[in-house]
Amino acid sequence: MAQTMDPNNMPILSEASVSVEIETEDMTLNIGPQHPSTHGVLRLVAKINGEKISSVEPVLGYMHRGYEKLAEVRTYPQVTTLVNRIDWVSGFANEIPFIAGAEKLMEIEVPERAQYIRLILTEMARISSHFVFNGAFPLEIGALTPIFLAMEDRERVLDLLESVTGGRFHPNFNRIGGVKPAAGAGPTTKKDIQDLPAGFYHDTKVAMQKVLEAVDRFEDLIGGNEVFQIRTKNVGVLPKEVAEEYGVSGPILRASGVEFDLRKQSNYLPYDKFDFEIPIGENGDCFDRWSVRTSEMRESAKIILQAIDDMPSGPIQAKVPKVIKVPKGQTYVRAENPKGEMGYYIISEGGLGPYRLKIRTASFSNISILPIMLEGALLPDLIAIMGSLDFVLGDVDR
Amino acid sequence: MSFSTELLIKVLVVLATAPVMALGLTLLEVKGSAWMQRRPGPLHVGLRGFIFPLATAAKYLQKETIIPNDVDEPVFKWAPAWVIAAVVGLFTIIPLSPTLIVRDLELGVFFLLAISSISTIGVLTAGWSSANKFSLMGGLRAAGQLIAYELPLILSVVGVVIQAETMSTVGIVEKQIEFGFPFVIAGQGIAFIIFMIAATAEMMRTPFDMPIGESELTMGFFTEYSGIRFLIFYISEYINLFVMCAIASTLFLGGYHVPLLPTEWVNFYGPLVLIGKTFLLAFILIAIRWSFPRFREDQLQTLAWKVLIPLSLLNIMATAIMKVVF
Repeated sequence: MAQTMDPNNMPILSEASVSVEIETEDMTLNIGPQHPSTHGVLRLVAKINGEKISSVEPVLGYMHRGYEKLAEVRTYPQVTTLVNRIDWVSGFANEIPFIAGAEKLMEIEVPERAQYIRLILTEMARISSHFVFNGAFPLEIGALTPIFLAMEDRERVLDLLESVTGGRFHPNFNRIGGVKPAAGAGPTTKKDIQDLPAGFYHDTKVAMQKVLEAVDRFEDLIGGNEVFQIRTKNVGVLPKEVAEEYGVSGPILRASGVEFDLRKQSNYLPYDKFDFEIPIGENGDCFDRWSVRTSEMRESAKIILQAIDDMPSGPIQAKVPKVIKVPKGQTYVRAENPKGEMGYYIISEGGLGPYRLKIRTASFSNISILPIMLEGALLPDLIAIMGSLDFVLGDVDR
Repeated sequence: MSFSTELLIKVLVVLATAPVMALGLTLLEVKGSAWMQRRPGPLHVGLRGFIFPLATAAKYLQKETIIPNDVDEPVFKWAPAWVIAAVVGLFTIIPLSPTLIVRDLELGVFFLLAISSISTIGVLTAGWSSANKFSLMGGLRAAGQLIAYELPLILSVVGVVIQAETMSTVGIVEKQIEFGFPFVIAGQGIAFIIFMIAATAEMMRTPFDMPIGESELTMGFFTEYSGIRFLIFYISEYINLFVMCAIASTLFLGGYHVPLLPTEWVNFYGPLVLIGKTFLLAFILIAIRWSFPRFREDQLQTLAWKVLIPLSLLNIMATAIMKVVF
């Protein structure tokens, strides 16, 4: 190519400088809302430098269904249908704090048997939720087998839930003042109400033994796996102080070494009558979060076995007026859900439904630590950390 | 028979065998994983699950090929060809018996290592041309991984070459027959394990499936592929599995030879023996795939550079010293 060059402007080789450090811009990577391991429609806007994450911003709201607003135009018994769908992996557990709140405002004494049934089914919901975690977390790290085993084992628990409530995920089983007569429990005429299906005690005992076996198997298959250990130990460490500051709750908080479990601290269900331990982690890393949840399954199975053994007899429904109206007032009831603390702030103006309902969900607060935990992490660790937080998008966005 | 007819026949035989072996291994993987995971489906549906792989292949054949707007089209379209060419090319040096071999190259092992690195080009170009950040990361991870694990693969084979004093694959098998023991027992045990680990990484199978890593990169470098091009990637994965296991059984497990069978009949039982050994090795890799999570990128590189390469160098040294002493 013939090109005339100005001799005065010619670059002199000795003066030319080569920038040794190549400046690279961070790449923006949109993880989600459609992504295999964001558990739904969470979107993470990650700035990455190679494999290293420099910042992460979670974008929420893709699944917002307006339940708090919807509850304002529903009656109290209707709201349980909505709250089932908040954390759908443990639908039953969502009903408890709401119903307990309404009962607290109405000053209803719930029969002990109904309390026990609620407790058993809540713990079953916890077990089934942790089964899902035990399948999904290894799946995200790349182990494909545990999810199939976990789903198969979870089915036993779901079968029991179904035999009592008639629903696997959305039981809609709690009534203000008690529980619904069980599905398939014979005629539901008032004289002859029967609460639990025939053979429930025996089936539960068998199923809980299987759960205990499954927990042992998971501790061997997942926890004993060297690759799993090096992928999760010292990854995503969440210090105690940070966890407390950010309102993290549930197994994640306990994995960081904070002994806080509303089953011990609060009295929304008669947990004080049972002997169980609260597993606590030491380092607050992904492995601890896994092991806390897995040990919790064992404790839950123990609680259920104890509850089956000293199940009181009696009615399952307190006397309530035909049309349920909650007197004027406000209350906040919180409960230890599988994913963490769940609470309902109910403001009643004395009508058929709540005037305002504020729902505090565990996953929403739990994922607020994502930007802090993920700063400086590697991209594969992002998946591991996200998996270990065990959130459900319905619980984040509601 | 003229050279061209012979070549044509050999090419046709290889092209017919390769997909059949891939189908066989797919079947083994589908049924093996279903057995490990207690999934009843693949053990019962469709003639006890035996038409499963065929159905999969037929499904991909009739799918539409989707080419996104921003891709570098010629590069994108040709990327699967590199990969499948590399793995099918390796069939050249697999001896089914002393005479049943496409070409008994004098530099057989060298040919193996040279050809197997071609697939890196395919993987890298696939990731690069897809115009997708996830694909790009997958492609780069794959390139880094394939380069890192090429070394232990080569170095572990060097030990065998020193012991066998030849690079021809038939020569290596004959040497093992002469020894009376396969090399895996006669001194190359560590090399065999290193070779299998490196081969797993080369095939990008779990626990080394970082480049695909479906939970983080959706499908890695072949995220954007669909239809027949996806099928080509998929099939070449299984052909690669077959080839790598066949080469491992040739180099370390005595290839087509089993003791006590008459050597003059080797043309009849040789292929079956080799395929049997190959499927056995493949089954071990399948069992590993379905029981382990995947390594992280840095852990993967650490394993290659700090463990496997020094070990294989030590193995070479030990083999060389033994060779000189005895």
